[in-house]
Amino acid sequence: MRPINCIIEEVRSEAPLIRTYRLDRNLNPAPGQYLMLWIRGVDEIPMSFSGPDTITVQSVGVATQAIFRMGAGSEVGLRGPLGNGFALKGNKILLIGGGVGTAPLAFLGEVAKKADIGVTSLLGFRSRDDMIFQDRFESLGETIITTDDGSYGIRGRASAGLKELNLFNYDQIYLCGPEMMMSDIISRTAEHAANTQACINRYFKCAAGICGSCCLDPDGVRVCVEGPVLLADRLLDSEFGRYKRGPSGAKGPCRG
Amino acid sequence: MMTVRLMSSLSIHAGGLDLKNPVLLAAGILGTTGASLRRAALAGAGGVVTKSVGSVPREGHPGPTIVHVKCGLLNAMGLPNPSYRDFQQEIKTAQSAGVPVIASIFGSSAAEFAQIARVLKADAFELNLSCPHAEKYGSELGRYPDLVESVTGAVKAAADVPVWVKLTPNTADILELGLAAQRGGADAVVAINTLKAMAIDIETGYPMLGNRYGGLSGQAIKPVAVRCVYELAGRLEIPVIGVGGISSWEDAIEMIMAGAQAVQVGTALQGGYGIFEEITGGISRYLERKSMTLEDLCGLAGRRS
Repeated sequence: MRPINCIIEEVRSEAPLIRTYRLDRNLNPAPGQYLMLWIRGVDEIPMSFSGPDTITVQSVGVATQAIFRMGAGSEVGLRGPLGNGFALKGNKILLIGGGVGTAPLAFLGEVAKKADIGVTSLLGFRSRDDMIFQDRFESLGETIITTDDGSYGIRGRASAGLKELNLFNYDQIYLCGPEMMMSDIISRTAEHAANTQACINRYFKCAAGICGSCCLDPDGVRVCVEGPVLLADRLLDSEFGRYKRGPSGAKGPCRG
Repeated sequence: MMTVRLMSSLSIHAGGLDLKNPVLLAAGILGTTGASLRRAALAGAGGVVTKSVGSVPREGHPGPTIVHVKCGLLNAMGLPNPSYRDFQQEIKTAQSAGVPVIASIFGSSAAEFAQIARVLKADAFELNLSCPHAEKYGSELGRYPDLVESVTGAVKAAADVPVWVKLTPNTADILELGLAAQRGGADAVVAINTLKAMAIDIETGYPMLGNRYGGLSGQAIKPVAVRCVYELAGRLEIPVIGVGGISSWEDAIEMIMAGAQAVQVGTALQGGYGIFEEITGGISRYLERKSMTLEDLCGLAGRRS
């Protein structure tokens, strides 16, 4: 599809480096799906939906800084919704999110609650100042929060909150956050991997399943079209958590 | 029994390679990693061509890197690659699927091409003398017959495997380029790369591709590719590999009738890896229905005129 033109209707600050942008239309995305956001004259980058008509952006590079310079009324191009989102399954679900990765999970939790599915959330942030969407998650159900520095909730990584939960109580686990956090959770909860859906990140160029820049070793899964939500089962013995390829295709370390 | 017969009826020797079937993965498509190349091979490709690799790492152009248009696909990836020094393992992984792996390489001079071909190990090389959207590379060399000849000659002298030359259609006379490749000692020519093209966003006037210019592939270019293959096959003594807009077995048959000994599929991979079996299955059934062989089919159009 050619990019369509969209107007940013509202900008909301969520944390010092995180903002939510409401677009002028609802593209009917499934939670976990993404769009390719064209900041004209700068770049085109993938962004998860944080709601039916919102994206939540963390300022990390040239393109996201360019988004931060945009206000209500600014125009962007976009293609989407793209990829495979989360599949809602069962009556009780657990959301495990880290940092800005909580954004698609807040959207998912809201869709689940409307479908009368019980939602529990475990969220990890660096510190109290970096917390986002606390209200959204708390209105869905039990919410456990961890902070790396202990400034709020349980001190430690998101995995520190796992001991508060009996994972067998949940029909499905949904995961999104920094790669090392997700990989840590997946390896600690490996017996649930067949019931864990993880929304992951790779370097997307085409977002159409043909350029190959996002393919996962060892099976060549095209994350941009077969993901970005994949069963943890498929990640356990993959490159996930070990390395990832950058824009040139060279392998580099996973950070975060 | 059927499978064995079909497999054998499609096997060919083309451009110095033994191929179990004539349907290959084109350069630049799912060719960044060994795993995705391997997946294409396991899905039925008779051979796979890697993403083009050069002598230094490149991140490629800013996005958008592709734009869908009604009749095809525009792309300007910008030759992203980790450099040939960091690519050998990807080729090894791809080779584990058991089909030939053709390394697409690019450079800005004959010496740069030759240096890569001396070091990198692959089953064959395909010289990218045709990418239409990267400064100093691709068609910026490949539109000059003398450069096509000298680059081909340099790589032939450096490599001990077959050398294919991928030609640009962005020229007044592709035959001249094909003859130059042949003079340089090429084992085959591959025709065609994308047509230089662009698209503009009418809301704002911005060119849509990050690089402004890109290459058009897909359905729109198939008649151009068929014509180029027909012209080349009619005059060259070396084999022609046909590529450009093939998305069905009928397209592949048409390209083979134009004179292609094998074909490559690129943009159609958007529909998934199933395209290889779809095309090879279709060719097999066609040959059976017509009681023909691939050799009967190859260049048939040239013998009809």
